[in-house]
Amino acid sequence: MYMQSIHLMQFMLLFSRQGKLRLQKWYVPLSDKERKKISRDLVQTILARKPKMCSFLEWRDLKIVYKRYASLYFCCAVEDQDNELITLEIIHRYVELLDKYFGSVCELDIIFNFEKAYFILDEFLLGGEAQETSKKNVLKAIEQADLLQEEAEAPRSVLEEIGLT
Amino acid sequence: MPAVSKGDGMRGLAVFISDIRNCKSKEAEIKRINKELANIRSKFKGDKALDGYSKKKYVCKLLFIFLLGHDIDFGHMEAVNLLSSNKYTEKQIGYLFISVLVNSNSELIRLINNAIKNDLSSRNPTFMCLALHCIANVGSREMAEAFASEIPRILVAGDTMDSVKQSAALCLLRLYKTSPDLVLMGEWTSRVVHLLNDQHMGVVTAAISLITCLSQKNPDEFKTCVSLAVSRLSRIVSSASTDLQDYTYYFVPAPWLSCKLLRLLQCYPPPEDGAVKGRLVECLETILNKAQEPPKSKKVQHSNAKNAILFEAISLIIHYDSEPNLLVRACNQLGQFLQHRETNLRYLALESMCTLASSEFSHEAVKTHIETVINALKTERDVSVRQRAADLLYAMCDRSNAKQIVAEMLSYLETADYSIREEMVLKVAILAEKYAVDYSWYVDTILNLIRIAGDYVSEEVWYRVIQIVINRDDVQGYAAKTVFEALQAPACHENMVKVGGYILGEFGNLIAGDPRSSPLVQFNLLHSKFHLCSVPTRALLLSAYIKFINLFPETKATIQEVLRCDSQIRNSDVELQQRAVEYLKLSSIASTDVLATVLEEMPPFPERESSILAKLKKKKGPGAVSVPDLEDGKREGGELNGGGERGPDSAAMSASNASTPSPSADLLGMRSAAPMSAAPTSAGSLLVDVFSEAGPAAPSAAVNDDGFLRFVCKNNGVLFENQLLQIGIKSEYRQNLGRMYLFYGNKTSVQFASFTTTVSCPGELQSHILSILRLNVQTKPVEPVVEGGAQIQQVLNIECLTDFSEAPLLNIKFRYGGALQNLSLKLPVTINKFFQPTEMTSHDFFQRWKQLSQPQQEAQKIFKANHSMDTEVLKAKLLGLGTALLDDVDPNPENYVCAGVIQTKGQQVGCLLRLEPNGQAQMYRLTLRCSKDSVSLRLCELLAQQF
Repeated sequence: MYMQSIHLMQFMLLFSRQGKLRLQKWYVPLSDKERKKISRDLVQTILARKPKMCSFLEWRDLKIVYKRYASLYFCCAVEDQDNELITLEIIHRYVELLDKYFGSVCELDIIFNFEKAYFILDEFLLGGEAQETSKKNVLKAIEQADLLQEEAEAPRSVLEEIGLT
Repeated sequence: MPAVSKGDGMRGLAVFISDIRNCKSKEAEIKRINKELANIRSKFKGDKALDGYSKKKYVCKLLFIFLLGHDIDFGHMEAVNLLSSNKYTEKQIGYLFISVLVNSNSELIRLINNAIKNDLSSRNPTFMCLALHCIANVGSREMAEAFASEIPRILVAGDTMDSVKQSAALCLLRLYKTSPDLVLMGEWTSRVVHLLNDQHMGVVTAAISLITCLSQKNPDEFKTCVSLAVSRLSRIVSSASTDLQDYTYYFVPAPWLSCKLLRLLQCYPPPEDGAVKGRLVECLETILNKAQEPPKSKKVQHSNAKNAILFEAISLIIHYDSEPNLLVRACNQLGQFLQHRETNLRYLALESMCTLASSEFSHEAVKTHIETVINALKTERDVSVRQRAADLLYAMCDRSNAKQIVAEMLSYLETADYSIREEMVLKVAILAEKYAVDYSWYVDTILNLIRIAGDYVSEEVWYRVIQIVINRDDVQGYAAKTVFEALQAPACHENMVKVGGYILGEFGNLIAGDPRSSPLVQFNLLHSKFHLCSVPTRALLLSAYIKFINLFPETKATIQEVLRCDSQIRNSDVELQQRAVEYLKLSSIASTDVLATVLEEMPPFPERESSILAKLKKKKGPGAVSVPDLEDGKREGGELNGGGERGPDSAAMSASNASTPSPSADLLGMRSAAPMSAAPTSAGSLLVDVFSEAGPAAPSAAVNDDGFLRFVCKNNGVLFENQLLQIGIKSEYRQNLGRMYLFYGNKTSVQFASFTTTVSCPGELQSHILSILRLNVQTKPVEPVVEGGAQIQQVLNIECLTDFSEAPLLNIKFRYGGALQNLSLKLPVTINKFFQPTEMTSHDFFQRWKQLSQPQQEAQKIFKANHSMDTEVLKAKLLGLGTALLDDVDPNPENYVCAGVIQTKGQQVGCLLRLEPNGQAQMYRLTLRCSKDSVSLRLCELLAQQF
């Protein structure tokens, strides 16, 4: 009587209160044009909502689950029969991962290290499904990769980062 | 850990990002980007070979520019080069670029696939994961072709690291979603199921998504997963909050995995094994119990995770729909949430209760919350929550509470958010119609709808009230009186004028006795609105006026004067002018009798699916109206829009369905030249296809037989079509055997799940056609899943044992977007399909004709032509019937005679047919003489509807 087809997350968007897209991850094939239109419309819709409103809304034939953390909105599109609350906690776990990795993450961290935000997301969610929900395991994987990188580039990075905000 | 130490140390990138952030205007940003693009292009084109680091930095800049929303048309090659770097970070950036900017440039795809292949075989788990992530992110067909056979191997190999297994499982899932045909089931499938037992919770979490998807398509192959899932779930549910260490989330053990397990179980019916079932019911009870326990943490994450599992468990309980105790407990739990202070929970409780309302076990329990839901509709501050409340009221509505719910919805409409008004109007209209016990209430409700939200009352809604008033003579007087009163309002909506014009034009006479609503008063009232209305409404009013002339001769002079004035007869709108001229002329020259015939009361409309229900379905997409659909099966009918079993007149109407306007067509004939020409208009298309003038049949929950009648004289064509599904038929018959091919085409882009078809024979047929339409053993029963856009085929073998008159029924069930679709169709298997043509001379024909002279052997019908009487068309139909069409037999060359033998297993029935057309009167006389009485009758019945 209820669901029958597998429901993957369709996409995830991170955007600022000013409506600037900070991260976009698409789990369904869409043209560039469609992606832009969806992001634009959805960002507008969500920014127009009041703070105390419900975190879920029906939007076109999708269900949108979103939550605001400081200046950033995290927003996932799932299918009609997907579990809203667990999606809300997917968002929260991702925020926790970013926070732990960057140390009190803020919007700037994500702007300047956008590639890291993508790498962390890929370790956590793959193809729109939870791959590894343990915080420790996800961070271990990312840190191992960072170690590989530092071995290769240790001399350069220290100098170059000086003076950056 | 300070963030900077984690960066890749690409200073140039950071500077560039800062620059962009400092741009004061969009123009400045574009300028800065163009400068950077030029710089990167020259670096890539330059003579000096770039080192890996620079390449990485520039590729990363390009990526940043792309993510800002600008187009990137170069750099792909450099990114691909990075893939084969042996430095991890360079490789990583290369993969990221490829994942984000997929390009189906075939040259590049080959190179990318090559690099992926190298990494997959590198045995370096970090590289393998990168490659798998890339495949999962891109998921293109080319990648599926290259890797669909390799990944299952990696997934189940004994020496694969856990993290690689996790990536491989989800990577495979993505490929299966995009190209299911390329992922072949095999020896690996059974090993995948056993990943549910894996010690590593992460592996289970990833693998279960893959298993769920695979079991939906191949339920039998994966059914062992049910007991494994139940025992895994049971272990999680009964574990203490710290047992699962890092997989415990805010004191809730493994919430993601629990939800996925409960979701996997929703792919299957309740477990048959008693022990497994018992264990599962225990789990569900524990989950319901835990909802009553005090929270272990005040954090919202704790309650969200806990409730996520609870809602998923409730979904499973609803899916099983077999445990009354659990259903009622679920309902009570949701009832508590209805008043929770968290908006999210109230929203979800309303949503989940909607599905509970459709279960017979919990429908009554849901109804007890009606006051809370009405209150939510009135007081919730978030429109999306109010919307859910309205949905739930709609779902819980039945005969017992319809008046209350409709009244609440109506009063809500007065202040409702614009975004949901149209849908609310449709829902009110549907409920009012569906549960109308007395029709005066129905009429009141619809007129109120027009009064309150006239702008949102679509054509379908006001067409429908007119259809119903015309079909029910007990409400016509009341309708005329009410609409007359409504029109008194100084400002009334144009839709009210339309309904008023139509109803008074038909039934104004019923209230004309009262001097307060005398004919002239009625006319003046209508005409006072005329100048405020749009052209289509004015056209309708003109038709009402001419009807008035017929109903009330005393108004003739007044109305003729109106018609004669320049603003009508010289109106710049052609339609209005034509009506004015024609009506004026008609009223002046036609005799009272002619006028009375031309302007006769409208005949009843054929019963069919309410056009407003169809509209709501279209508006909301599938699933949205599933609840009332399900109710239909469970509650007793009697709705005015029921299945179409409304006595003899409805049968007659359905025969002439082809010529009545479709529900969406112009009900009032407003857009055709004049209302008098509302007679069959199908003549124009006859030459194109004589047999398919009826077009797509209306979707129907009841048995649909317009399709059926179109197949009496033909064997191939489209039997049924709605927005979701098309069913085509090809059939062939020899002697007493037949074979029918059914083609089920999914017209949507979404798959149909649990697709099943059954064929049954009503009543008498059971004993007559043995092995009735048994599915051919050579083909499997239909596939349980029909992919979006796909077509599947089914073969039926038919054997006719003895003559029959009722057709077998085909029942189709499937789920589309969560909603159960249920469809019954008459299969066009008719007795004439088993005809063998018999050639004979004129002499033989009449000799046999005389032999079959007993009164019961003959069946005769005289009927009006419903279709073209063109000779070629008739001949084609008679040949399609299966008989021999005999030339030079009947002394009158206008007549047609046919002969044939019906082959059944037990006997042969000889049949002679004579069809005498009368072109002038547009009539036929059809005579049948058969060696068996019942066959004469049945053939006569069938054929009388064909010409």
